[in-house]
Amino acid sequence: MSFEPKIVAFLCNWCAYSGADLAGVSRLSYPPNMVPIRVMCSGRVDPQFVLEAFRSGADGVFIGGCHTPSDCHYVAGNFKAFKRVVVLKKMLEQLGIEPERLRIEWVSASEGRKFAEVTADFVDTVRKLGPLGLEKGKS
Amino acid sequence: MARIGVFVCHCGINIAGVVDVDAVVREISKYPDVVHAEHYKYMCSDPGQNLLVNAIKEHRLDGVVVAACSPNMHENTFRNACERAGLNRYRCEMANIREQSSWVHAEAPEQATAKAVQIIQVVVEKVKLNAQLKETGVPITRRCLVIGGGIAGIQAALDVADAGYEVILVEKSPSIGGHMAQLSETFPTLDCSQCILTPKMVAVARHPNIKLMTYSEVVDVRGYVGNFKVKIHQHPRYVTKDCNICGKCEEVCPVIVPNEFDRNLSPRKAIYLPFPQAVPARYTIDTNHCLGLNPLVCGKCREVCEAKAIDYDMQAEDIEVEVGSIIVATGYELFPKEKIGEYGYGVYPDVIDGLEFERLLSASGPTGGQLIRPSDGKVPKVVAFLQCTASRDPESYLPYCSKICCMYTAKHAMLYKHHVHDGNAYVFYIDIRAGGKDYEEFVRRVMEEERITYVRGKVSKVFRRGDKMVVWGADTLTGEFVELEADLVVLASGIVPSPDTKKVANILKIPVDENSFLKEAHPKLRPVETLTQGIYICGAAHGPKDIPETVAQASGAASKAISILSGKELYHEPTTAEVNTDACSGCRVCVNLCPFSAISFNERTHTVEVNEILCEGCGTCVAACPTGALKLRNMTDTQIYNMIRAALS
Repeated sequence: MSFEPKIVAFLCNWCAYSGADLAGVSRLSYPPNMVPIRVMCSGRVDPQFVLEAFRSGADGVFIGGCHTPSDCHYVAGNFKAFKRVVVLKKMLEQLGIEPERLRIEWVSASEGRKFAEVTADFVDTVRKLGPLGLEKGKS
Repeated sequence: MARIGVFVCHCGINIAGVVDVDAVVREISKYPDVVHAEHYKYMCSDPGQNLLVNAIKEHRLDGVVVAACSPNMHENTFRNACERAGLNRYRCEMANIREQSSWVHAEAPEQATAKAVQIIQVVVEKVKLNAQLKETGVPITRRCLVIGGGIAGIQAALDVADAGYEVILVEKSPSIGGHMAQLSETFPTLDCSQCILTPKMVAVARHPNIKLMTYSEVVDVRGYVGNFKVKIHQHPRYVTKDCNICGKCEEVCPVIVPNEFDRNLSPRKAIYLPFPQAVPARYTIDTNHCLGLNPLVCGKCREVCEAKAIDYDMQAEDIEVEVGSIIVATGYELFPKEKIGEYGYGVYPDVIDGLEFERLLSASGPTGGQLIRPSDGKVPKVVAFLQCTASRDPESYLPYCSKICCMYTAKHAMLYKHHVHDGNAYVFYIDIRAGGKDYEEFVRRVMEEERITYVRGKVSKVFRRGDKMVVWGADTLTGEFVELEADLVVLASGIVPSPDTKKVANILKIPVDENSFLKEAHPKLRPVETLTQGIYICGAAHGPKDIPETVAQASGAASKAISILSGKELYHEPTTAEVNTDACSGCRVCVNLCPFSAISFNERTHTVEVNEILCEGCGTCVAACPTGALKLRNMTDTQIYNMIRAALS
């Protein structure tokens, strides 16, 4: 059987989560590999959450927030998330985790189609990268 | 040890048709701390809610997960049900297995079932550590802000004001009235537009509860439902309230510029009254064109003003107001003909858009109601009306139907025939969409009684030949090429949101859709609400619509705004950040991060404090706190760690 990646998605309540809801309402299908965790803002995503996800066996981590510069319901939480992701990616590289396993995307509440598309694309990317080899070494 | 109950909803076949609900219940029953699990056809129905209430009592549940639709749909329903059973409402959460599983993985039922179990596990982990919270009551500022003074804003303002609440109506241009003031007659009854609009405009001006702020813009909005702090920038119009609109200033003003109200088909002066019935009835100096606000430069208007109403020293003002609810009615614009290459990029004077034609028809218009064409002032004997200009054209322009053009084109053709009895009108159309009360009858009357030629087909090109405009199109019913030499071409241009709509949406932090129209909270059930509580939308800023629909929607938005203003008190979500002062090092990283200035530094204790009323609960500060002293209630780090593990188990 081919490899099916496990992905955790942190979706901000106002944009990405609502966009995912719209994808559902519009019956747009996408791969079922991503389990959503609803957070109020992408700015809530502590870099440690991402590391914990990889440590617990995730092959990829997705963060969905509101469009920059000004869609964020909390003014600029999306910018904060973005800056953290930039630093995190560098750190992941040093840990031997491909930075492409972490993706941040801006999906508005009206972009059901975009949500379905980026999900499919991310699942595909992670599938090509193969399983993350950390789970065995989990302390 | 928590005692969690999981209730899986079939939602008819919406969930159960894909997800194996029996298997989900079986699987989730094995999950730690889940002491009860069952499924039911419709959890949101009365029997479904009763089942929940009884199970809470019977199994002594201290936490509930309802696995059904999105929490945006029914979170309140189930939290209220839990309260009825004596369970704190924050001990209830929803697991979204419909929008985010069954509806999107219909072709993979097994994976959809597995994902549903994971989604429920994640939420079970959250509920386990959810604290029992109580909403905090906050006072309400009983005042409403209406942004936009077209017919939508006018109707909304009047409704709220009539209910006894103060209204601040902000309009960017010098007068209220919007596009409706520019129209000649309205379909399908042919009421004179200004005659039915101006009484409402006067009512706004006279209403004791309405504070009208024209020539003003909303520049900043802070706060939350019940307590918004709004900053309004009022441009100086350089004419005081003493103006008695005698018009002498206008006579002497030496500067002549195009008149926007007449869609640039007539001239106006640099000091002007937009139109005779303008509200407020006051002249405005347009400083973009005035020679200079200085008696040494020109000063002619000030010399002749008997009322001494001209004040060159008038300053812009920034006014701060507090309001409890906000209605956005920023209106529409027509798709610019300058962007349409096949119809000449707006360079031909005899290719005009619908609003220009309205001005030509209007008795108060640039020609005094005489229908002549702009290029040479001749009466057009052949007129081509081009429907769906830019609309329904996803490849090149707008993907959507602009909804009102079929009707206004029929009206235009009819009014044209009333003006020019021996004229010929041709309407090029794709389909006729006349879905409104008496609309179909109206279009039929135009086609049959007025003998207008309707040609089914889109026009591919318009160009000039001598003094004629040549229209190339196809008649798709006969399959023939059509060439028409017309004297005047009227474009039924598509409706786009006014340019300021996006700006206002950004200030208010409310979303717009892919076409930049304001987005409603739910397309069917919450059509005038936004996702932000206390902010409502109406009119064409939300999507193309005609006057009756706009008025109805404005009244709907007003009633929503009133329901906020008339409440006893409002409740603020208690899911805010809190600080453990023992762990706080006083580094103040969070103070600068907080977008709502809810965190302050206490010099005495050398720790930070969170103002729970200002805190909106985004959690940005919590993610940044280096010592872990900050905690987001019911979304703590521990909860999220557990949720991550549950998602991957």
